[in-house]
Amino acid sequence: MRPVSSVPFLRRPWRLLAEVSALLVAVVVAFPLYWMVLGAFKPAGEIESSEPRPWTLAPSLDSFRRVFEQNEFGRYFLNSLVVAGTVVIVSALIAFLAATAVTRFRFRFRTTLLIMFLVAQMVPVEALTIPLFFLMRDFGQLNTLGSLILPHIAFSLPFAIWMLRGFVKAVPEALEEAAYMDGASRSRFLWQILFPLVFPGLVATSVFSFISAWNDFLFAKSFIISDTSQSTLPMALLVFYKPDEPDWGGVMAASTVMTIPVLVFFVLVQRRLVSGLGGAVKD
Amino acid sequence: MTPGTPTGSVGADRVRLPVVRGWSRPRGGSRKISTAPRPCRRSRGRSQKAPWLYLAPALVVLGGLLVYPVYQLGLISLFQYTQAQVSGGEPTTFQGFGNYAELFSDSQFWQVLLATVVFAAGCVVSTLGVGCALAVLLTRVRAVPRLALMLAALGAWATPAITGSTVWLFLFDPDFGPVNRVLGLGDHSWTYGRLSAFFLVLLEVVWCSFPFVMVTVYAGIRAVPAEVLEAAALDGASQWRIWRSVLAPMLRPILVVVTIQSVIWDFKVFTQIYVMTNGGGIAGQNLVLNVYAYQKAFASSQYSLGSAIGVVMLVILLAVTLVYLRLLRRQGEEL
Repeated sequence: MRPVSSVPFLRRPWRLLAEVSALLVAVVVAFPLYWMVLGAFKPAGEIESSEPRPWTLAPSLDSFRRVFEQNEFGRYFLNSLVVAGTVVIVSALIAFLAATAVTRFRFRFRTTLLIMFLVAQMVPVEALTIPLFFLMRDFGQLNTLGSLILPHIAFSLPFAIWMLRGFVKAVPEALEEAAYMDGASRSRFLWQILFPLVFPGLVATSVFSFISAWNDFLFAKSFIISDTSQSTLPMALLVFYKPDEPDWGGVMAASTVMTIPVLVFFVLVQRRLVSGLGGAVKD
Repeated sequence: MTPGTPTGSVGADRVRLPVVRGWSRPRGGSRKISTAPRPCRRSRGRSQKAPWLYLAPALVVLGGLLVYPVYQLGLISLFQYTQAQVSGGEPTTFQGFGNYAELFSDSQFWQVLLATVVFAAGCVVSTLGVGCALAVLLTRVRAVPRLALMLAALGAWATPAITGSTVWLFLFDPDFGPVNRVLGLGDHSWTYGRLSAFFLVLLEVVWCSFPFVMVTVYAGIRAVPAEVLEAAALDGASQWRIWRSVLAPMLRPILVVVTIQSVIWDFKVFTQIYVMTNGGGIAGQNLVLNVYAYQKAFASSQYSLGSAIGVVMLVILLAVTLVYLRLLRRQGEEL
């Protein structure tokens, strides 16, 4: 795997052309994000101007102030964090156990189970909003954060298990045998040897459950119907976005606030994510 | 214990290194070790129960929050279930396939189904095209442009669907957006026309989903031995020919995965349509199945019709999954 393996037989002007187009594409791809942050910092007069300029000479925090002064925005932010955090931790633990079971053991129905996990990933989550709504209502979970946490744990599990398989498989069986030889119990091996070794994979896998929970818009809209104190960030964002007369400064500021945690998470696990995807795809 | 099996800490030391370094290393390092005869662990008395113990939490959660709702979805779609039954306390009546009959005789349903298929196909083709082209481009450039493109793509990937939707709307805003200024379109509204609204949503969907394809395919290309490509180039193959006759066949497993994933994601697009066309566009012109089901259920309280649409989606996606499993099996993948 040489990093520039295919460059040598590309002649110079072509490589230059390729590099210029790569940079151009990068600019185009990054532009919406730049425009979002720019819009968040533009003063009110500039953002609602018919001559939009790609810079601002008078950055202001007005839009952010509006966002944070909006009813309980901090609370929404916290709610989102609680939901995403709980989903990430709980689903990672459950997925770890399940992935261990399907990779370290041979048992009846193992293949069937794996296929079921694959099929479960295809289930359109949105279609299940209707039965889940009734389920949450019957258990008195409507208008609680639990109604957001529980379905997201369930929906992120199949993919997490599927992806973690590769990470668990990569831990040599000999290590397990050695641990048992040294008298370790099964649970000791599981938590003190296997868990730390698989942990990087768990982090990479968590990105997906984090994103699905953090970005969730449908469940928040459907299950949190009357108690707005239990609402999450996407709903707060929509407060600024009224189709007829959107407060663009507010929308961009709220979007920025909502995007940054995901970006940070992504950048932190970027490397693991790429190799993790490679592993999940290859297996 | 058989003599060939590494024992104790020696074995642990020997195998530790690749594990800590990562899982992207070529498989086989661990396999060499485990070719030694399997020790007695498999036949321990408890080991038949242990996997189920580990699986129990996952099975409980999935059973309660995935399998049971799917069952309920099917059930609701067979009953008369509207506001009167939900809050009015009226008894639910069994409809058989009445809801489906009603759905299938509704011309709007067929229109939405067609729109969904065409829209998803457009998204998949564009996403794969852009993703593969950029993955190839990435292999042709040096570190700095590659890093720039990677970072930009990761940014687009990480952007939540809802913020991506609002930002793209803002970019194409008739009054304050930069796109109309640059293109000199005046106050042309992109969300007014059916096709242009779908096109705008497609742009956003491609923007946030091509990075997955690009990164995965790029990783796949990097794993192709350089000698193979050099040999093809020496034989005088053109770039296109190399892609078509060498890279594409070698990347087939990866291409299958990203294609199927894209089909599934793009068939289920919800947030983008809901936010960007304000719940399905003017007079529902931009509805896709997912949003249609939601609107039927929660906006007009026809829960059973909404569920029937959900079942139709489920069946279509299951068919896609079956194709996927077929393809995987033909490649001789072991699950």
